Amino acid sequence: MNWQKQDYDDIPGTYVFDGQRAHPAYAINKLLYTFNDEACRAEFDADPAAYCDKMGVTGEYKEAVLAQDFLGLLRMGANIYFLAKMCIPRGVSVQDAGAAFQGITTEEFQQRLLDKGNGLSDILAKRGDYWNG
Amino acid sequence: MAKIIGGITSSHIPAVGNAISQGLTQEPYWKRFFDGYEPAKDWLKEVKPDLVIVVYNDHGLNFFLDKMPTFALGCADIYENADEGWGLKPTAPFTGDAKLSWHIAQSLVEQEFDICTCQEMKVDHGFVNPIRALFGDHVDWPVKAIPLAVNTVQHPVPSAARCLKLGRALGKALESYPEDTRVVILGTGGMSHQLQGERAGIIDVEFDLECMDKIATEPEWMTQFSNAEIIRRAGSEGIETIMWLVMRGALKDDAAVLHKHYHAPISNTGAGVLVLDNQ
Repeated sequence: MNWQKQDYDDIPGTYVFDGQRAHPAYAINKLLYTFNDEACRAEFDADPAAYCDKMGVTGEYKEAVLAQDFLGLLRMGANIYFLAKMCIPRGVSVQDAGAAFQGITTEEFQQRLLDKGNGLSDILAKRGDYWNG
Repeated sequence: MAKIIGGITSSHIPAVGNAISQGLTQEPYWKRFFDGYEPAKDWLKEVKPDLVIVVYNDHGLNFFLDKMPTFALGCADIYENADEGWGLKPTAPFTGDAKLSWHIAQSLVEQEFDICTCQEMKVDHGFVNPIRALFGDHVDWPVKAIPLAVNTVQHPVPSAARCLKLGRALGKALESYPEDTRVVILGTGGMSHQLQGERAGIIDVEFDLECMDKIATEPEWMTQFSNAEIIRRAGSEGIETIMWLVMRGALKDDAAVLHKHYHAPISNTGAGVLVLDNQ
């Protein structure tokens, strides 16, 4: 039986974290969750492959962890918040990940974000009832 | 009697906590974002709440995906912040009010909101950063706090309509509490942002501003949208804005709008502050 279709499935470039993603990626997300604990982070760093084995992370998931392929992990169902526990301490920000998804540099990604604020002061002034310091 | 004196909305972006910790709030990138909190801070100093109820989502500190409650209420006397995996120093612990929490839980269940009660609950940046932005950093926090967690992480997540109804039930629960306690409710998260996928980086200023205007004065407007429609406009993580409706539902329909502040981008996000006076 196939996974039920969802009304968000056709939103482009968007991987809504639902049962269909969470179910096959349970082990990898559980591994990432243990990184809240500093001792687990150290144990992983000492021997990543052994830590994957201990946490039941196998196959393409294990390969992606060992390669630090954050993009691949996201596509395979790692949740962005859990993945952040692995990538942020390794100097990869959520903005780096966003840029990688789009095939642009982090600087370009950040500039696109900044551009979203263009003209904001005028927009708020027109509305009139916003603080606009 | 407990009294809901008002509600405030705030984003709860991790970078906001870092900016406070590193003393960057008056740097050019951050100044306008933080300056827009000043009227909210002044109002809090004036009305002096005893307690804040913080409506937020956990990001994988307290709740793993093994058990994911749709709505969960802290029912303890103390709530600790902890390392979320980034090695940051935790804030001082927060004092709760277990008797009030259990009263809320009982009232919510009687009103058919079958809430998950938590006698231990670690609170992450989603809870901590709005308090830090509104009250500053403290060793002894100047206000008690109760966490109310909404699942916006693992779908299915509740609808905007359901969040508004929860807020109305929360309002009734608080109004029936016999002890004198002055409560402010913080609706946190959002606004538009998407962290993952090829569409990462979207911010929809027009949609955010319309949400702010309508949540302030006509919150039913938001309930016309399915979660898919909100995600389409506001991004996969922008769905967090539904939590503002829990705050809004607890207030009177004609609560007065004291302050509106919007800034974009801050980190990856459109950020909005509403201050609503319920008195």
